[in-house]
Amino acid sequence: MGLFILRRFGVMLLTALCLTFVVFFLTNLYPNLEKLAKTQGNQRMSDEQVETWLENRGYRQPMLVKYGQWLGVMPGFTNTLDDGQFVGTCARPGVAPEDTPKFCGVLQGEWGYSTVFKDDVGGIVSKRLGNTGYLMFWVLVLMVPSALIVGILAGMREGSVLDRSLSTFSIITTATPEYVSGVIFIAIFTSSTVGLKWFKGTATQAMDNPTFENFFLPVLTIALYGMGYIARMTRASMTEVMTAQYIRTARLKGVSFPTIVMKHALRNALIAPFTVIMLQFPWLLNGVVIVETLFNYKGFGWALVQAAGNNDIQLLLAISVVSVFVVLLTQLISDIGYVYLNPRIRIS
Amino acid sequence: MEPLSWTGSIAFLNPVLAIALAGLILSILAWILINIATTEGPVIVNPDGTLKSAAGPRGLAQTALRFTFLASVLLALAYIVLGVFLGSNAGIVGAISQQFLPVWVSLIIVFAMSVAFKRRLGLYGKLFDSPVGMIGFGLVMFWVFTGIFGALDLIVTHDPLVQVSGMKNKVPGTPLPNLDESQYAWYLLGGDNLARDVFSRMVKGAWIVVQIAPLATLFAFMVGITLGLPAGYYGGRLDTLLSFLANLILAFPVILLFYLLVTPEIIATGVPNYMAAVLFVFPIIFVGVLLNSRYYTRPNFRTPLLIGVLGVAIWLYLSLISTGGYVINTKDYAIWGLPTFMDLFDVPGGILVVFVSVVFVNSPTVFRIVRGLAMDIKTRDYVAAAQTRGEGPWYIMLWEILPNARGPLIVDFCLRIGYTTILLGTLGFFGLGLPPESPDWGSTINEGRKLLSIYLHPALPPALALLSLVLGLNLLADGLREESLKD
Repeated sequence: MGLFILRRFGVMLLTALCLTFVVFFLTNLYPNLEKLAKTQGNQRMSDEQVETWLENRGYRQPMLVKYGQWLGVMPGFTNTLDDGQFVGTCARPGVAPEDTPKFCGVLQGEWGYSTVFKDDVGGIVSKRLGNTGYLMFWVLVLMVPSALIVGILAGMREGSVLDRSLSTFSIITTATPEYVSGVIFIAIFTSSTVGLKWFKGTATQAMDNPTFENFFLPVLTIALYGMGYIARMTRASMTEVMTAQYIRTARLKGVSFPTIVMKHALRNALIAPFTVIMLQFPWLLNGVVIVETLFNYKGFGWALVQAAGNNDIQLLLAISVVSVFVVLLTQLISDIGYVYLNPRIRIS
Repeated sequence: MEPLSWTGSIAFLNPVLAIALAGLILSILAWILINIATTEGPVIVNPDGTLKSAAGPRGLAQTALRFTFLASVLLALAYIVLGVFLGSNAGIVGAISQQFLPVWVSLIIVFAMSVAFKRRLGLYGKLFDSPVGMIGFGLVMFWVFTGIFGALDLIVTHDPLVQVSGMKNKVPGTPLPNLDESQYAWYLLGGDNLARDVFSRMVKGAWIVVQIAPLATLFAFMVGITLGLPAGYYGGRLDTLLSFLANLILAFPVILLFYLLVTPEIIATGVPNYMAAVLFVFPIIFVGVLLNSRYYTRPNFRTPLLIGVLGVAIWLYLSLISTGGYVINTKDYAIWGLPTFMDLFDVPGGILVVFVSVVFVNSPTVFRIVRGLAMDIKTRDYVAAAQTRGEGPWYIMLWEILPNARGPLIVDFCLRIGYTTILLGTLGFFGLGLPPESPDWGSTINEGRKLLSIYLHPALPPALALLSLVLGLNLLADGLREESLKD
């Protein structure tokens, strides 16, 4: 088991390195840098001015050198401009050139400096991640139990009326992406034309003061899309368990149906949904980006959109590192959990 | 011109429909509740030995459900049929169903033909045995025909890009001011924020989806199959490497990938063109290997066949990736492609990058499915038999394993078209790739949502259109799965 986890960690690190290099490569292509120079410097810079601007700030170094600087295995780029301004990868406003550290990369715990928000990337990411974490917490609280209940009720008696109606419900939710269900919810529950003003159409206030009124719709929108899939997987695993030999034995022994479901079937039926829930995280991440844009909730997804829209290289890199680690960690947890929950795999 | 009401002269049907729908909802609820509360009714044994279940509350609820459902469907049909004949006299509903006349006719033809010949049509014919599959197929074909006829300018009432002054954010059914002869007199589903016709934009949006989604899914399948079969069949180092690459792409949040790939700056660097040049090779490899592995024992037949097929395929490939005589045309350098006079069609840069990124995102998942299926099937006896006969590995993969994996692959193909539709909508929603005035559903939803608290009509039609198409594809996949499991 220890070796297995160690190997998975190795693969994870390798994956993260490859992915960050891809992001690094794409964000450092020349047209992107040109856009960065124009938004940071002056919109009407000529091509030569753009070139010198980038040259002075170390953006024209070889790709691998820049990547090494970002990782913290190469000394940071420094330069003093003609007007005496000190610039560099490690330079921060208000810090004297002498105090600037030689290395500043991920390995030193420095995530860089956001060109859009004019702030430390580490601080921005942790703040936004906090907002999104709160959102995700409530999404999981709503989504997981209801999906499991729907799936178990549907899979309990395969082909029954309850099964068919709940399965239809889960198909409808998987067919409704967040931007469709969000728009429909906003139209029905918040607009003045329909008249049901039950909820707020934006979640901007929910960052400081989350209430049921301004926070329920975004949570519901994300939860619904993910729910159908988990419910269908739970149903499939439940129907499989319900046809197993030991359930038949229990029935023939005269155990009542509720007891069979609760005591015999449930524990075995929940192994598959556990892994599915864990693997659902990358999709939830997508949903978060859409819903945060739709409801104007300034979380991690919103920061992603801002960073990508303005080619904020270091913020984008930090965001991709975080999301890649979320994805890989959940994969790892699902693998370990699967082995832990299913004794047949542990033995073999 | 008078503004149109929703139902016009067939308004007398509205209370009837309301009653039928209320009855339907009540009987569904009653049906579910009764089925939970009661157990199976007692069974009566007939004298001839057959069994018959007594009509308890269960049977009653089922009958009620059947009748209210039939009544609702008949009423909906009545709206459509009356609308086709009465046109705008029957209000917005009538005018819209008259506009959709070619779609109704083609749907009736397709369904009549399919039901008549369903025993001879294999899996497709069996679809017409399952109500769920039929509903799904109907929804999908509705949008396919809408897309095709919309592209032929049969359904649309106005140019989806033209702005008519005075029609900004107008409610559905508003007549056009200063009407001239050739124009349609109303905005059937109202005007959007830029005074364009919402109805025509929705119809034109269907064409974009119908064009891109199935084709992109097909390409993703070609890539996934060409790489997944050897990975599953050979295993070993090749499998480890390919799986690592697939997991690499899968670990990327899709939206981040789109934001990195589908920007004007990236298009200017030519990265999407390189990706297109690589990804679009896979179908050629697939077809080439497929035919070669089958006919290599008969070189006299194989060689002309391969020359013909591959020649056409490579020509299509080159016309697909080259635009205006170049494969890649950036500021610094250019790579020559097919000369313009041989170029069959040009794909606009925006569409190409959307297409490429959707294929790129989908293919690793297909790869994993195909790999899993290949690993499962390669242990079967018929594969061992083929190996003993001395068949080559590619023959076994493409002509023994692949046909036997077709069931799950067809089901996944339907589901994946739906997922691709959702991805296209996501791209539009974030304003990536397609031009901002493009009538695709995602962009229209994105534009409409900004004024959603005051005007509902610009955002809801494309949202419901996308919902019904994806729902149709999901139901179709469900029906196919059910029917393919029956044999």
